[in-house]
Amino acid sequence: MAIAVEMPKMSDTMEEGVLVAWLAEEGDEVSAGDVIAQVETDKATMDLEVYDDGVLLKKVIDEGDAVPIGGLIAVLGDADEDPSDVLAEYQGGNGEAEEDEAEAAASEADAQQDAAAAPSGDGAPTVEPTPPERTGTNGRIKASPLARRLAEEHGIELASVDGSGPEGRIVKRDIEAAIERPPAEKEEAAPPPAVAEEAAYQRPAEVAAVQEEQLYETERISQMRKTIARRLAQSKYTAPHFYLTIDLAMERAIAFRKQLNELAEQQDRAKVSYNDLVTKACAVALRQHPEVNASYLEQEGEIRQYRQVHVGVAVAIDDGLVTPVIRNADQKGLAQIAEETQALAAKARDRTLQPDEMEGSTFTTSNLGMFGIEEFTAIINPPNACILAIGAIRDEAVVKDGEVVPGKRMKVTLSCDHRVVDGAVGARFLASLRHYLEEPMNMLL
Amino acid sequence: MANKTDKENEAEATAQANGTEAAGAEGDGQTLDMPTSDATELSFSFTSYEAGDYDHDELGLEDDQLLAMYRNMLLQRRFEERAAQMYGKQKIAGFLHLYIGQEAVSTGAANALAIGQDSVITAYRDHGIALALGMTANECMAELFGRIDGCSRGKGGSMHFFDAEKNFFGGHGIVGGHIPVGVGIAFAHKYKGDDGACLTFFGDGAVGQGAFHEAANLASLYDLPVVLIVENNQYAMGTAAHRAFADPDFYKQAIPYDMPSSVVNGMDVLACYKAFSEHLAMAHDNQPSLLEVRTYRYRGHSMSDPAKYRTKEELESKKNDDPIIRLKQYLIERDLSDNEALDAIDEEVKQEVLDSVDFADESDFPPLETIYDDVYVQDDYPFLA
Amino acid sequence: MPEMQLREAIRAAMVEEMERDDEIFLMGEEVAEYNGAYKVSEGMLDQFGAKRVIDTPISENGFAGLGIGAALNGLRPIIEFMTWNFSFVAIDQLINNAAKIRYMSGGQFKIPIVFRGPNGAAGQLAATHNTSVEAIYSYFPGLKVISISNPDDAYGLLKSAIRDDDPVVFLESELMYGMKGEVEQDPERLIPIGKARIAREGEDVTIVAHNKSYHIAMEVAERLAEDGYSAEVIDPRTIRPFDFETVIESVKKTNRCVVIDESNPFGSVASEVAFQLQERAFDWLDAPIRRITAKDVPAPYAKNLIDYYMPQADDAYEACKQVMYVS
Repeated sequence: MAIAVEMPKMSDTMEEGVLVAWLAEEGDEVSAGDVIAQVETDKATMDLEVYDDGVLLKKVIDEGDAVPIGGLIAVLGDADEDPSDVLAEYQGGNGEAEEDEAEAAASEADAQQDAAAAPSGDGAPTVEPTPPERTGTNGRIKASPLARRLAEEHGIELASVDGSGPEGRIVKRDIEAAIERPPAEKEEAAPPPAVAEEAAYQRPAEVAAVQEEQLYETERISQMRKTIARRLAQSKYTAPHFYLTIDLAMERAIAFRKQLNELAEQQDRAKVSYNDLVTKACAVALRQHPEVNASYLEQEGEIRQYRQVHVGVAVAIDDGLVTPVIRNADQKGLAQIAEETQALAAKARDRTLQPDEMEGSTFTTSNLGMFGIEEFTAIINPPNACILAIGAIRDEAVVKDGEVVPGKRMKVTLSCDHRVVDGAVGARFLASLRHYLEEPMNMLL
Repeated sequence: MANKTDKENEAEATAQANGTEAAGAEGDGQTLDMPTSDATELSFSFTSYEAGDYDHDELGLEDDQLLAMYRNMLLQRRFEERAAQMYGKQKIAGFLHLYIGQEAVSTGAANALAIGQDSVITAYRDHGIALALGMTANECMAELFGRIDGCSRGKGGSMHFFDAEKNFFGGHGIVGGHIPVGVGIAFAHKYKGDDGACLTFFGDGAVGQGAFHEAANLASLYDLPVVLIVENNQYAMGTAAHRAFADPDFYKQAIPYDMPSSVVNGMDVLACYKAFSEHLAMAHDNQPSLLEVRTYRYRGHSMSDPAKYRTKEELESKKNDDPIIRLKQYLIERDLSDNEALDAIDEEVKQEVLDSVDFADESDFPPLETIYDDVYVQDDYPFLA
Repeated sequence: MPEMQLREAIRAAMVEEMERDDEIFLMGEEVAEYNGAYKVSEGMLDQFGAKRVIDTPISENGFAGLGIGAALNGLRPIIEFMTWNFSFVAIDQLINNAAKIRYMSGGQFKIPIVFRGPNGAAGQLAATHNTSVEAIYSYFPGLKVISISNPDDAYGLLKSAIRDDDPVVFLESELMYGMKGEVEQDPERLIPIGKARIAREGEDVTIVAHNKSYHIAMEVAERLAEDGYSAEVIDPRTIRPFDFETVIESVKKTNRCVVIDESNPFGSVASEVAFQLQERAFDWLDAPIRRITAKDVPAPYAKNLIDYYMPQADDAYEACKQVMYVS
């Protein structure tokens, strides 16, 4: 029997993977541990290893195809073996994996029933595959089991129904009311899935005749893009953002950095960037303000203040954005932060960051200063409570002791999730940040 | 029993009132029937069946029957020795209580009763009586192995041998719990008038249970055809009888229940045969009785019991009383057999037991669906979850 | 149809069966000379004699076991516990012998026996005399458990229990012995064990209740009817085997269920009904299943406390309205 190679689960949040590149050809001999392809997950591009020896009989999917976890990617076997058994089993690959699981569950239930045997009568009940949990913008929709079933039978989206039961639970009568509503209203409330598949906008009549490919180029939405879209949309829609901006005097920070980098050069160590200074300053300030180093977790019904400070640093790469994490940044020296950040950024650009290097941040910074952006507001990186947007250092005339003198200034803007961080809390955090960045020696105290 | 409802008190009050009335009717001028101090001087007689006192001819046993008894005792011994080995080989698991040393009791009893007419119920040390009643080594070993051909279809194991055909109502696991059941079996014999009696075996430890006392009282109160047999092997698990009982002379337990009592040396199969015969005769006359058998268990309580509570010397001294050796000497002394012939019997028995191991090993495990068999009498009971 | 008290219906069933089959006998405390602690067996000693109607000492362990032995050896005993509270003294006999001997003998023996007597609370009797045992005995496969709410069911089900070849725990009620009801008397009238009775049909909520709780259910259904809601009341009558099918069919219609059960709540009959419903009718449930039980404490003595301890009609009424989302 030939051996199926399935899409493995490569990160906690991964649901499907895109086969980026095949590294082996049909007919190639492979051994356990060989990498036969690269797969892009929601987090990174990963190597796809095989666990058996054999000949690559069949590449089931093409480069660029997305396959859910458990979906068929390739078939291995002996050189003259026929892969059609395996192919038939998966029947067209993608999408079928869930059914297989359901079948497995059902056959397990059958087995239980067999064991329970005839005299026992009803025995174990048949286990039906659980439909995926519906979630609304505000987490789980509460509905009675009957309401769920009726809604499904009548093609009604639960999200479009208001619940009249306790805590907004959707009950039978709510679905019945939805069924009785005129069809037009129903459609509006709950567009059938087919509608969403249609063109998102109406083309102007005069260009309708032109060939489509002349009008625009298409590109598959990458996994990373999907992830960015999903996470940031979720953040912006669910976390009520507000913004606090301060303007920092950077003269001492500039001098401090100069001194540090002279030392670094002598010792052949990585140079410290302004961004590293900010990372360190944020980390030390977060230690003082645990309420900012927090998450609002609605489903768990709790606010979590983290005991460790992990600062995520947004890094722009070719077709997107990743956020490697400097763990325990409050306990690390600037040199170490600098080295880690550089290494992580390089890996990010090479698309070789491992999922665990991007997970677990408790706070994030985003720096567009190098592009000359003076100030901007960033979208919070969930489940963080805040993100700091760092602008460019500007030459500015400042008034000092009643005189206008040349000054170095940098604006930073803190985006706060108002569900967990209030204005005064954010302001106090920024005051500490000012304390450390305007006199970096304070960080050493 | 604790408090009662008003209605129950009312019931008791009525009963008591009747009793008082009866006492008053005797006209001795007293409202209460008080025993006088003279009358409290209790006398109690019991029979003692000693070892070596009996001759098989006088007991009406044929020579062949005696040899068969020898063979049967040996079968019990070899069966259990092999079972112990199989336990070590993990063919048998759970509890395995051995009867080694007590074979004269089971063989004596089984030869005294009418198999199929009289009944037997016992506790968990039940291999000996099962084999004595004629259950085969095959079905017994298969039961120990937990196989479908076992006497209880693999459902009972060591403690729960049963044979309905032989009126063997089983081995039971809860100390004392089966004694009322034995009394109930006797109740049915009497109710039906089928001339049966029930031998109810239990260990000395069971005398400490309320169930024994309730059952003894009921047996006597209703004049039931039952023999209550205390197999006093001196130890209730690891506790010597004198440490567990204010009075370890169990035959005296008949006194409060107003029934005849005897004590028999359980190492002598002829004494046992005699005692069981006489007690069964009483039972058939609806006279319940108590029979204390003094015996000795050579093995620990169960396979997991190292029996450290006994000295080596104690064990060795008792082995000289071994019921099988005793009968062997009797057979040779009386010229009923010789060493060669008896050795041949031993070889035959050993082979029978080895065959039973093969039989058990080859028997299938009970099919999984049989787990639902015999929960209820009705054929189908789909209501089990 | 003639009206009978519950105790008369039970007696009629026993008498008719004993007339039919000589192997049946009645044994228990005060059943003979005293004519029964609750006069259930009144006159039976006179009719059947001391061989078949037998007084015992206060030895529940002894006579329960005796009954089992007699059943093993071919008779069909009816063993009366003066109350089921006292069965705990004999619980080894019921659990280890009655429920299990058939199984562990590989099916060689049967134990056709009925243990019967009053069950559950009966007023200010305090903690040890107010126990509901149905959940305890239903736990053990090998036993059947019947709990009746009226004379007619008692009559038909006790006859079935006596004729059944397996051990049956038959639960009556001290407080209901004097309750009158019509009884369809006929020597061959057997109500099948394991079949629930739909006492009242309805559309909006299913109320499941047995024994005394059944009467609470009927009262609640009446009150709901005055409010314009129709409750379906199901008396399971047999606790094991429980007629889950009838309850499930009803809940598929009403989509809601409230169970009234005099047991303490943990591991009660109500728990099992709720479990079965969520497993077998999940997609028909429009509300969580509610149960109204005794409070989760030993039964207290004081009048106000024991009243509070028992399942309350008001609570059951409120629970019904809650599951209908109209409270």
